[in-house]
Amino acid sequence: MTFINYASKEINCKIVYYGPGLCGKTTNLQYIYNKTSPESKGKMISLATEADRTLFFDFLPLDLGSIRGFTTRFHLYTVPGQVFYDASRKLILKGVDGVVFVADSQEERMEANIESIRNLEQNLNEHGFDLATIPYALQFNKRDLSNVVAAEEMYRTLNYKREPTFEAVATTGVGVFDTLKSVAKQILIELKKR
Amino acid sequence: MCAADFVLYEEEFRHLEDALRRLRQEANAKAVFLIDKNGQQIAAAGEIEHFDTTSLASLTAGNVAATDGLAKLIGEREFSVLFHEGQQDHIHISIVAKRAILVVIFDDRSSLGLVRLRVKRANGELEKVFEVMLQKGEKEAQGSTHASPFAEITDDDIDALFGE
Repeated sequence: MTFINYASKEINCKIVYYGPGLCGKTTNLQYIYNKTSPESKGKMISLATEADRTLFFDFLPLDLGSIRGFTTRFHLYTVPGQVFYDASRKLILKGVDGVVFVADSQEERMEANIESIRNLEQNLNEHGFDLATIPYALQFNKRDLSNVVAAEEMYRTLNYKREPTFEAVATTGVGVFDTLKSVAKQILIELKKR
Repeated sequence: MCAADFVLYEEEFRHLEDALRRLRQEANAKAVFLIDKNGQQIAAAGEIEHFDTTSLASLTAGNVAATDGLAKLIGEREFSVLFHEGQQDHIHISIVAKRAILVVIFDDRSSLGLVRLRVKRANGELEKVFEVMLQKGEKEAQGSTHASPFAEITDDDIDALFGE
C-alpha cells in the first residue's frame, strides 16, 4: 500500500526481501546501505539474535530522489528466514508494495527455496495480495560458490510468472542493485496505472 | 494489489498536525507522532529533531504488529494501548481509527495519567479527520476528482531516478 503524502510531497513504498534462512537477504540490504550516499539513506536497523540471525526484521529507508516533484522513498525490509519465524514473516508483509525473493543457489538449499516461495504465496494471500500480480523480482544468490545449481534449472524450478530474474553475489554486490531497481520500477509503473 | 493507496492531502494533514500540537501541549509531552500501521510517519509535533523519526515509525509499527499477533494468540482482538517505561523518557502508544498509531513521548514533566486522558480526547478528533480522509479516498476511487500526478510518469522519469 503506497503512502502518498500530498502535503509533504512524498511517495513511500515498502519492499520486502523474502527467502529461506541464510540465503542473503540481510547481506543484500547491507550492501545497499554501504554503497548508498549518506544523504540518500537513513539508519539501517537490524533486529537480530546474538548469533546475527534476523529475529524480526532489518529495515533500511532509501531516498531515491524526486519524480514529478514527489520525493520517492523506499522502505526496504527483510524477513527472518528460519521456518519457525512464520508469524513474524507474515506481519512484515503487511502493506507491502513489492517483493524480492532471494534464492540460495546451493544444491542442498533448493528444497528450502521451494518451501519458502510457497510460504510467501500463502502469507501474501492472507494479507489479500497475490504473488501473480504484485511487483516481484527473483534473485539467484551465492553464484560464486562451487556447488550451485545451473541458473536455467533454478529458473525452471523457482520462476513463478516470468518475473525479472537476476544472478547475484550479495557479498560483493553483483546483481544487488539490478534486483532492487527492477522491483522499484515495477512498483512505480503500478502507481502510474492507478 | 488489493489495498488502496493511503493518500494524505494538505487540508487533512494540517488538521492532523493541529491536533498533534494541541495534544503535545496539553499532555506536556516531548513529542507526538502519528504513524501508519505499515510503518510510515504521517505527522508529528514537538521536539522531533531529537529523534530518528523514520526508524521510530518503523519500529513502532513492528512493535504494534507483534503485539497484535500476541493479542490474537490469546483470543483478544487487539491491545489498544502499549506503554514503555524508561528511566527518564516513556512511550505511550495507542491505536487511532484502526489504521494509525499515536505515539506520545514524555518525561517526568508529565505523567501516565495525564497522557492517557489527553490521548483519549485527541483520539476522537483524529478519528474525525481519518473519517474525512476515508470519504475523500472513496470519492477518488469512484471518479477521480484529483488528477493523479503519477499518471504522467514516463519510463524516462523512472530511469532518471536510478541515474541511468
